[in-house]
Amino acid sequence: MLSSLRGATNKKDIMDLTLKIWRQKNSQDHGGFKTYKVTDISPDTSFLEMLDILNDQMEKSGEDPVHFDHDCREGICGMCSMYINGRPHGPQEGITTCQLHMRSFKDGDTITIEPWRAKPFPVIKDLVVDRTSFDRIIQAGGFISVGTGGVPDANEIPIPARISNEAMDAASCIGCGACVAACKNASAMLFVSAKVSHLALLPQGEIEAKERAEKMVEQMDEEGFGSCTNTGACSAECPKEISLEHIARLNREYYFAKQSSENIHTGDEVHGGG
Amino acid sequence: MSLDAKIPDGPLDEKWNHHKFNIKLVNPANKRKYDVIIVGTGLAGASAAASLAELGYNVKAFCFQDSPRRAHSIAAQGGINAAKNYQNDGDSVFRLFYDTIKGGDYRSREANVHRLAEASVNIIDQCVAQGVPFAREYGGLLANRSFGGAQVSRTFYARGQTGQQLLLGAYSALSRQIAAGKVKMYNRTEMLDLVMVDGQARGIVTRNLLTGEIESHSAHAVVLASGGYGNVFFLSTNAMGSNATAAWRAHKKGALFANPCFTQIHPTCIPVSGDHQSKLTLMSESLRNDGRVWVPKKAIKGLSALDSLKVAEADRDYFLERKYPAFGNLVPRDVASRNGKYVCDEGRGVGKTGLAVFLDFADAIKRDGKETIKSKYGNLFDMYKQITGDDPYEVPMMIYPAVHYTMGGLWVDYNLMTNVKGLYALGECNFSDHGANRLGASALMQGLADGYFVIPYTIGDYLAKMPYDKVSTDHEEFKKAEEAVKANIDKLLNSKGGRTVDDFHKALGKIMWDKCGMSRTAEGLKEAKKEIQQLRKEYWEDVNVVGVNEELNMTLEKALRVGDFFELAELMVDDALDRNESCGGHFREEYQTEEGEAKRDDENYAYGSCWEYTGPDKDEKLIKEELVFENVKLTQRSYK
Repeated sequence: MLSSLRGATNKKDIMDLTLKIWRQKNSQDHGGFKTYKVTDISPDTSFLEMLDILNDQMEKSGEDPVHFDHDCREGICGMCSMYINGRPHGPQEGITTCQLHMRSFKDGDTITIEPWRAKPFPVIKDLVVDRTSFDRIIQAGGFISVGTGGVPDANEIPIPARISNEAMDAASCIGCGACVAACKNASAMLFVSAKVSHLALLPQGEIEAKERAEKMVEQMDEEGFGSCTNTGACSAECPKEISLEHIARLNREYYFAKQSSENIHTGDEVHGGG
Repeated sequence: MSLDAKIPDGPLDEKWNHHKFNIKLVNPANKRKYDVIIVGTGLAGASAAASLAELGYNVKAFCFQDSPRRAHSIAAQGGINAAKNYQNDGDSVFRLFYDTIKGGDYRSREANVHRLAEASVNIIDQCVAQGVPFAREYGGLLANRSFGGAQVSRTFYARGQTGQQLLLGAYSALSRQIAAGKVKMYNRTEMLDLVMVDGQARGIVTRNLLTGEIESHSAHAVVLASGGYGNVFFLSTNAMGSNATAAWRAHKKGALFANPCFTQIHPTCIPVSGDHQSKLTLMSESLRNDGRVWVPKKAIKGLSALDSLKVAEADRDYFLERKYPAFGNLVPRDVASRNGKYVCDEGRGVGKTGLAVFLDFADAIKRDGKETIKSKYGNLFDMYKQITGDDPYEVPMMIYPAVHYTMGGLWVDYNLMTNVKGLYALGECNFSDHGANRLGASALMQGLADGYFVIPYTIGDYLAKMPYDKVSTDHEEFKKAEEAVKANIDKLLNSKGGRTVDDFHKALGKIMWDKCGMSRTAEGLKEAKKEIQQLRKEYWEDVNVVGVNEELNMTLEKALRVGDFFELAELMVDDALDRNESCGGHFREEYQTEEGEAKRDDENYAYGSCWEYTGPDKDEKLIKEELVFENVKLTQRSYK
């Protein structure tokens, strides 16, 4: 569209890069790394646009482009998901892959790109993984059981601003799965705790709090996510910087529920961390 | 064909209540005998799917993303309007109705807009009950802020992530119904055709994006909530996957497409940085409360943000403040966008590309202190720095207008049914509520009003008259549609041409942006039509789609969408050429006042332009829905 622009960027900023990318044809394929070169990359290019440039080259030479999930490219939909040099969403804190720009890299760098690695997130193709396990966890209880209509006026439920703010901190989870990808045990505790915490903090969510914690944890286990050992890698790599405090709240909610609930399930297994 | 909008009789504020009483109901026990298909799971689709399932209908919902939680409603920042009058500042349902009609430059339907304003109050109640963490005052009650085009504070918000929180609310309600078995959810599945049986919409044909399988789904009614078509322009603030295919295929099966030329260009987006650009990022319009927009009086080639600090005050042109002293930097979106374009056209644009203007906070920081500015806009400043590498606390931001929203869409009547029986369109997918220009914080309102509070009533009126019998997907109409979809896919895969899909898409986007974008001329539109036709011909001969159908193939997905964008683009141009006036987002250079403002022609163009598909490569037929204004007086907008 603006073909004259390339030349306008300062020559010394332009980068040539080596990319080691995980290629896997489908879920049955073993997969492996392949090495590619991209040249003349402007520092203003986003990381995903750099992959677009690679894919454009590949399509022109008839090769199957690198598949990766992406949609909003504004850091909010949670679709993009990849390790960049071993870190979920790359080297910068508090952002998703789509917000990462190439000025974070330098000419001559080799960049390694992989899909999320976790049993409950099987690889579909290349960098695309299946995260429907997250949907099923929400379906197990990540909601308040109200139907449309017949609800009270919004201001009939006053909520202290501090509580509402804390609920909002938890609710800002984008469901990308970086927490699972960062965890050595592939635990989904940060994801589950964000939803449990968001709803347990609010008076509207209190009524079902016990059942919600139990059901969501049960579903989490059923999906094959690992246990939490409180290392905190999840929170450190979370693009929305969701705090470990929410895991603490989930543990409290869960133990409280197990002690006092008349709920369906009384498994012997211990969940979560301590 | 004559159009009946089915607007109920009676006074404006009683129409909806009367209508709800008069329309037919389906007995609770019988609802389970009806199947409803919903395409798209953004605010409109997810809220509709949840609400219809709660009522007892069997719902099948479809989204192309990996989860219904990811639809692009999620990216809306600012807020959602509702006529709650919690601020005691004179708001009312009628005022919200009036602001929306006026903001839309008098090109929307009174009855629909009034119902939207009525439903707005219920939306906030519903969302709070679901646990949406809206911003609150220290006393624990809900907070509001003000937005463009209104003189009251009626916008509810959840930080800068209102769309996310509302969508996650609707997604949670939807998830509950999926768990209850009342909604069958199809992720990574794209609708590729509508199936009509005996003149009624009875199903869709889809492609499973993981396996390439072409499948048929049958139902008693089909609801499209598939969003807008801003990606016709290639560069827009839409998500990469946002597309017009569902709506366009329905159009080709007979649904009228209304006001396609009404597109909204948002003035404050981060400018294009190079030909690698894949999408544009919006910066909230609230920034114009404190930022001053300027360019140098005399062109300075490639002026960077850092070098701008050396430009003396006397050599700066604060063009919005100069031209519009009353509103200054806070003129409406369309006016701000157009004027930014003009100064760039004069060669006075800034940055590497010359396609940007400054948005400068230096005076505000000097006046209020850095901390105050940080508390208001901190997250936006951080986002800007992340994308551009420039720090807005130290140097001015650069902004440029970008395509943001499409007011046009499938024509619907008061019941949100298209002219095709049994086919409904909700949210941005329809044309119904925003006229020629949408006000900020109204898109979320419309999506949820349609899904939670309109379709649950109106769909019953149709289904109550339908027999329970299901149509088998072995019916010849399904088979025919499947064959057509497969043929289209084969054509793309077998083309083996020399150009990539993105290459064509970018070329189409450039034609549309240059000639059917912020300002339009008859001459330019005529050229655009020829260029689009030529490019479309080349597309089908020379596109290169690698890979096969039977696996995840994102190139093929794009190729199918772009194929439809070509046809829609041509209709947008036809519509823009037909509308010999300027209104809202549609600015025809031939129709402006002496001061260069939009000049509406209410005598000749107070109608909705509804286009009927007449066959491949044939001009579409225009059918007019005359707009009747009984409750508002049409006035010329002025911001001097």
